[in-house]
Amino acid sequence: MLLIKCPYCEMERPEIEFRYAGEAHVARPLDPSSQSDAEWAGYLYLRSNPKGLHFERWHHVHGCARFFNVARDTISDRILTTYKAGEPKPDPASLTATGAAT
Amino acid sequence: MRFSALTILKQALSGHSGWPEQWRSPEPKSAYDAVIVGGGGHGLGTAYYLAREHGLRNIAVLEKGWIGGGNTGRNTTIIRSNYLWEESEAIYEHSLKLWETLSSELNYNVMYSPRGVMMLAHTVHDVQVFKRHVHANRLAGIDNEWLTAQEAKDFCPPLNISPKLRYPVLGAALQRRGGTARHDAVAWGYARGASALGVDIIQNCEVTGIRRDATGAVEGVDTVRGFIRTKRVGVVAAGHTSVVMAMAGVRMPLESYPLQALVSEPVKPAFPCVVMSNTVHAYISQSDKGELVIGAGTDAYTSYSQTGGLHITTHTVDAICDLFPMFRRMRMMRNWGGIVDVTPDRSPIIGKTPVPGLFVNCGWGTGGFKATTGSAHVFAATIAKGEPHPIAAPFSLERFTTGRLIDEAAAAAVAH
Repeated sequence: MLLIKCPYCEMERPEIEFRYAGEAHVARPLDPSSQSDAEWAGYLYLRSNPKGLHFERWHHVHGCARFFNVARDTISDRILTTYKAGEPKPDPASLTATGAAT
Repeated sequence: MRFSALTILKQALSGHSGWPEQWRSPEPKSAYDAVIVGGGGHGLGTAYYLAREHGLRNIAVLEKGWIGGGNTGRNTTIIRSNYLWEESEAIYEHSLKLWETLSSELNYNVMYSPRGVMMLAHTVHDVQVFKRHVHANRLAGIDNEWLTAQEAKDFCPPLNISPKLRYPVLGAALQRRGGTARHDAVAWGYARGASALGVDIIQNCEVTGIRRDATGAVEGVDTVRGFIRTKRVGVVAAGHTSVVMAMAGVRMPLESYPLQALVSEPVKPAFPCVVMSNTVHAYISQSDKGELVIGAGTDAYTSYSQTGGLHITTHTVDAICDLFPMFRRMRMMRNWGGIVDVTPDRSPIIGKTPVPGLFVNCGWGTGGFKATTGSAHVFAATIAKGEPHPIAAPFSLERFTTGRLIDEAAAAAVAH
């Protein structure tokens, strides 16, 4: 079970308090009707699904009930950092360094 | 060499010292007519049918580890065809019919055992959904029948149908032709059959890149054992499909999740069929070795770690103990995870891609084993002809753009 630090509660809590909410930083097009079918399908369905560093959303459903972002290595499942929704995506280079150190 | 009573007798007389290798392990050639990426059941089967039915013999299967070592060797070997939609019924029933004759077709015992697959209903909603499945299947000529709770217990005596359960058994859908097969034998049987027809099966040969020419078409694949030239590549890489397709610059509607299974200590035959429950989430059968084979759900998050959280297996074991109290003191021997590639509509993707010469067969999610035969058969036809086989056609990659999804989330049985 993952231990996830909620950036709002500022506590490490067990995974069962949270719900996974898919890839992070997937922006909904501001004007859906201007999108082609392929572009809209890309927004709805295409995912990077990387082997390695993954940015993803989690929902602290049994805690503060807020969404936030997690950077996690999908090979080791090690969580590198967590940050609040709306904050910019962290630089991957800095993440690997701190992730390896902790 | 063909297996027969006579060859077994001869080998017995010579102390079983003369059995030959079941498939060749050649060095990769510099070029092939077609290359299959992924040596699981689906990939090996694809190569077998390409050689056997379409006369394509100069082909290779590239496997980064050992054949059948991925999800083929990690699943709970359940076979059934009681899906809801016509498109799914067509491909899963096509697969089931091929399972019925596979051992004689391959001259290799895949131990297909149609012992019956029973899916339990615990809520009014379950009852309605399963009855709908039963009726849809019967209209399509696929056997599936509704059982009352008592009839379910008669079919599977260890089942607890007490109304005092948190989620009591209200009935069940039973597909009698469903059952299990021996997973390793499927990979080995297809490998042996393909190798005998001239297919090169190359293990420990990870694909590291897909090269495209100036027109964008496939030119070959880079591997850890050098470049291999080919104009046709079939990617059958299950959980790693997104990674392989990214080498050709194609983004996929897939997410890879860990799916866990576990087996108990072996005991005498005690469990006659396969039982699945979507609502309390458990599925269980007994292997011919005597182990209970138990499947858990997927973890919540995407991962390539081939392991998952213990709370997921605990949840499943809790459900097993409620449904089958006689297993409460069984000890579990091993548990493991596989990486399953899940599509948004829980149906597979079989067919062409935006890259000429590049074909993909993926997205089987949590239930690919049952379709090994049919998936391989229609994918081989798709690669050979360059156009989707009629059964494969609805499962195109384009369906996510056109919106013609095939939503089998209810039939997929595993909690996502």
